[in-house]
Amino acid sequence: MDGLAIPLNHVLIVATLLFVTGLAGLMFRRNIIFILMALEVMLNAAALAFVAAGTAWQQADGQVIFMLILAVAAAEVSVGLGLVLQIQRRFKTLDMDQARRLNG
Amino acid sequence: MELILFYIASGVALFATVFALTRSNATHALIYLIVSILAVAVIFFLLGAPFAAALEIVIYAGAIMVLFVFVIMMLNLGEAGTERERQRMHPAVWILPTVLSAVLLVEMLIVITKFDGAQTGALIGAKQVGLTLFGPYVLAVEIASMLLLAGLVGAYHVGRRFRLSEPSEEQDLSVIGPDSSTTDEVNS
Repeated sequence: MDGLAIPLNHVLIVATLLFVTGLAGLMFRRNIIFILMALEVMLNAAALAFVAAGTAWQQADGQVIFMLILAVAAAEVSVGLGLVLQIQRRFKTLDMDQARRLNG
Repeated sequence: MELILFYIASGVALFATVFALTRSNATHALIYLIVSILAVAVIFFLLGAPFAAALEIVIYAGAIMVLFVFVIMMLNLGEAGTERERQRMHPAVWILPTVLSAVLLVEMLIVITKFDGAQTGALIGAKQVGLTLFGPYVLAVEIASMLLLAGLVGAYHVGRRFRLSEPSEEQDLSVIGPDSSTTDEVNS
């Protein structure tokens, strides 16, 4: 924590709380749009942990990993929202419990 | 001082995230999620990562959330559009995200006026990040580009197929299951 005014532990606690919130939302919600939002929250929390660690050790690597996480999130959400449209067309609902059978 | 700002931004982020994942309406949840992302961007800025903060706003709040909004618009929300719009303009809906955003705005004004930018620690700017990104991590950049290409092709394929083979799937649906034919399930 060289020269870091904000303790690394506190940032990691915030990132963990955000991640757990996203995980709880992922498990409790059954609407696929909210499931995708929870995934975004979890990726965001992981990115926060990476940036905080990169700042604590005064390296730019944390922000580089943050950019890779951004690319992963963009690819994931584009495919996921395409799946949302497909599920809405097929099942006429966004409830994931209706789509639990394979092969529709 | 920076510590207090960090705690306020963290509280806003957690509060908005919990509200985003417990709303019943998808668009209301999106507003809270955007506020949460803005709060995380403020945390990045306080941590001395202004480039990451800018990318967070531009890509997360700008691109990905707009993608969510587009998909929610493309889903058929039913006939009660104007009634729902009137309901959406009710102050109880937008007052809390506005207050949370105002808190973040006040924080940003404090940072801009009282400090010379982010003086909260090691400032890692865009130049250092770029040198690292295109130096040792150039292979990761290439892999990320291939991942984005795969995402593009996958999204095109998934979004294209149902439009071509929609009639046959409609018939299959009527055979398989007539259950749950409510169209505005975005609100559940």
